[in-house]
Amino acid sequence: MRQVCVLGIGQVPVQELWDKSLRELAVTSIVAALEDAGGVPVQALYVGNMLGGELTGQAQLGALVADFAGLAGLEAFRVEAAGASGGVAFRQGYLAVAAGLRDFVLVTGVEKMTERLDPEVTAALAHAHDGDYETFPGATPASLAAMIMQRYIHEYGVDRGDFAVFPLTAHQNAVNNPYAMYRKALTRAFYDRAAMVAAPLNMLDCSPTCDGAASVVLGPAQVARDLNRPVVKVSSSGLATDTIAIHDRADPLWLAAVAQSVAEAYRQAGKGPGDIDFFELYDDFTITAVLALEASGFAARGQAVRFANEAGIGLDGQLPICTMGGLKGRGNPDGATGVYQIVDVVQQLRGAAGANQIDCRVGMAQAIGGSGATAVTHILEVEK
Amino acid sequence: MTMELSRHWRLNPQRYVLGGTECAGCGTRYFPPRNLCPRCGSQVLHQANFIGNGLGEVYSYSVVHQAPAGYGDHAPYPVALIQLDDGPVITAQLTDVDPDDVRIGMPVEMVTRRIKQDGDRGLITYGYKFRPMLDPSRPRVPA
Repeated sequence: MRQVCVLGIGQVPVQELWDKSLRELAVTSIVAALEDAGGVPVQALYVGNMLGGELTGQAQLGALVADFAGLAGLEAFRVEAAGASGGVAFRQGYLAVAAGLRDFVLVTGVEKMTERLDPEVTAALAHAHDGDYETFPGATPASLAAMIMQRYIHEYGVDRGDFAVFPLTAHQNAVNNPYAMYRKALTRAFYDRAAMVAAPLNMLDCSPTCDGAASVVLGPAQVARDLNRPVVKVSSSGLATDTIAIHDRADPLWLAAVAQSVAEAYRQAGKGPGDIDFFELYDDFTITAVLALEASGFAARGQAVRFANEAGIGLDGQLPICTMGGLKGRGNPDGATGVYQIVDVVQQLRGAAGANQIDCRVGMAQAIGGSGATAVTHILEVEK
Repeated sequence: MTMELSRHWRLNPQRYVLGGTECAGCGTRYFPPRNLCPRCGSQVLHQANFIGNGLGEVYSYSVVHQAPAGYGDHAPYPVALIQLDDGPVITAQLTDVDPDDVRIGMPVEMVTRRIKQDGDRGLITYGYKFRPMLDPSRPRVPA
């Protein structure tokens, strides 16, 4: 297998972008990524997206985006795995370059969520879950996460308020990210007063719906070394699945797909949790971040909330997470998020994270689809 | 408004009598039904309707405040993961109960209720919900 590197990154500011279409968002991020990569001739485009059909009424995003990016003719298709879509598209690009089938690949994550009103968006997002047996009976993505949180609190006796460290950290880190949706720090009092979305999950435990697009260009290491800047390698890629419905899991408080995808990523990279300098985890809901820390080996079961509060998950903590705001602070344009996470990791590894720069050599990104039914983990490191 | 007629018709056994399956190879009970047993690989699974018992207890719960399209009439409504005495865990709404009174471990029983309405002129679909056991002395036989 060939060593794969990230040659270029591009992103648009995450917002409710009423005046921008899906294709404009995608193309804007592509132009930025290609420019950043020094204009290499890309040979394939993989588009991570979840809701193009449901909310924009648009299929064939591969062809559409390639066409409007001036790349018609290219191999191009859409990759869908709910919230993991962008991460899975990135893995597809990684596989193509690693296998030597393509030299230069463009990976784009794009989501346009503000075309419809909230009830329709909620209904569309629920497609990530078991349609006949979770969604039809009336469970929503937030209420499914809430039930896990409720049981977690019941099993481990965690204080509800102690979860606040996750959204507070994410928002704090978003302040200095010009591409983030919420550039305002939160207070604990504000968290404690937040309205319930699906008890015990409040508004500040939920990442916001929004629009966004991010792109990366992948290529072989020898080309990356000619670009005259820090060389960011993709050290490993792991993907695994679990039952689509929570009710079919022997242990609903354990993200088995996360554990399996991380194990594969650690093994391929020859690393373990202690080697990871920062972790762009998937905080679509606060409880997902908690369970991801446990399944990824950073905290024992039932201990992730204490770990976050005591060891620290801020920029100066033992394990910085969501260093550019995560899903909570940056916003969660569903199928695009996995690519934004890679962009965050690359910025940190290049030393280009501005006021949020941490001292780092190895970063990990992890995207999750549905209630942990798909998990995709990548470890990236900077060549010194 | 959507008219998924064949889908609703096809799912009637699940929605009205908790129609699941029991694996002939290893005895595992499934709801929803499966035609391949993930545990032992058997493709011989027999129909098993769990309404005969229909009892269980709340494994966890929440309350939906932001309802999806078609569910707004009932919001806010409680949902739960219910450990059925017959084996499977099922996701369902709770009914006939104040959301503040729901507790983990609460015994519940299945009832048939209206689930969803597709607009003013669309289908009204029915299915299972669970309510606190009316008669707590009803015998329970956990699997």
